[in-house]
Amino acid sequence: MVISAQPAQADPPTDAAWAVLAGVLDPEVPALSVVDLGIVRDVGRTADGVLDIVLTPTYSGCPATEAIEADIRAALAAAGLGPARIAYRLAPPWTSDWISDEGRRKLADYGIVPPPEAGTAVIRLHPRKLACPRCQSRNTERLSAFGSTACKSLHRCVDCREPFEHFKPI
Amino acid sequence: MTASIALKPSPDVAYVLRIADTCLIHAQRLAEWCGHAPVLEEDIALANLGLDLLGQSRALLTHAARLEGSGFDEDQLAFLRDERDYVNLTLVELPLRRGGADFADTQWRCLVVASWLLPLWQGLQASRDSELAAIAAKAAKETRYHFEHAADWVVRLGDGSEESMRRMRAAIERAAPYIAELFDDDEVDAAAAQSQLGPRSSALRDAWLARLQRVLADARLALPAQGAFRSHGKRGLHSEHMGLLLAEMQVLQRAFPGGVW
Repeated sequence: MVISAQPAQADPPTDAAWAVLAGVLDPEVPALSVVDLGIVRDVGRTADGVLDIVLTPTYSGCPATEAIEADIRAALAAAGLGPARIAYRLAPPWTSDWISDEGRRKLADYGIVPPPEAGTAVIRLHPRKLACPRCQSRNTERLSAFGSTACKSLHRCVDCREPFEHFKPI
Repeated sequence: MTASIALKPSPDVAYVLRIADTCLIHAQRLAEWCGHAPVLEEDIALANLGLDLLGQSRALLTHAARLEGSGFDEDQLAFLRDERDYVNLTLVELPLRRGGADFADTQWRCLVVASWLLPLWQGLQASRDSELAAIAAKAAKETRYHFEHAADWVVRLGDGSEESMRRMRAAIERAAPYIAELFDDDEVDAAAAQSQLGPRSSALRDAWLARLQRVLADARLALPAQGAFRSHGKRGLHSEHMGLLLAEMQVLQRAFPGGVW
């Protein structure tokens, strides 16, 4: 699975833009940058040299989509790379498989159980025995398919009794 | 107050609007739970479900506006049409928090609609309209979780206490008269199927029933027999609840035309 569509040939402004985007955080899951999340599908330049950024939104109703676009514009402007053209691409739809390995590590460190790695198995809507991010016990249960945001489900550790969230595979 | 807009609905626009409006009005009813659901987790879950549906509706309304060609946008379509120009399924406009409804009605409706949307999104992925196919491919992934969530609740309530089962059954009875509309075909369906825009309503019934039957078996519940009553929300003929719903949903854009956050 291609995680991101970095250009083959070197182009300093495009490379600089990728670096800036790697510092723009998802406002709903601030452990992750928009690059970790895999929503930046392409960074190129238009014929007149303007940065041309293609995003694939996560969930249809994600309220962060517009905030992310504003944050990206602000970050590029602050780095002297703006203004940019930002377009949205719906197909293929975003999948949690596009979250980078680094993104998965960051989620785990943040206390959110990451989705299974890309291509590992059939997507399980009812994941079996997730490991509790606090005590590592696998004696856990799902409380709800929806947690604090649409992209996360809510779980509970039966041993340490703490609730935790899981970034759902989609 | 700002004047209503009137659309020039081609068969394609009418077909897309029925789906868009069903998602929009379903989302509006679910949003009414925000701050009122029985437990905090469910309050957030219902709001998130509503947000997904609203997002799906926004994409479909934007697409319908483009197909219609008069230069309207998603907000004008959502907020500035008259009641008769909304073409959602009647089921999704019925009250969820008033008029004798309770929490079981919400979960049953979510289950019925998700089970109907899943085969619809699947069929639309083969549409000749690539934008519609892309919206459907994305929405299908989200609706799987909506189905899961509602199925969990229907089993919990149906196969729960005597009281929860009684109330779950009552909710199923209340929704029953409005189910036939989900699968009734008319000229809009015929045109969409013939031009390969999307599946006709009647083609969704087998997949809908198969999904629902699995949940009903686990929940120890059954579907009541279908009566003779027919609702016609998707033809613009609504229940008495639609006017009040629209009054609340539209008030801001009617009073402050073009107002933005």
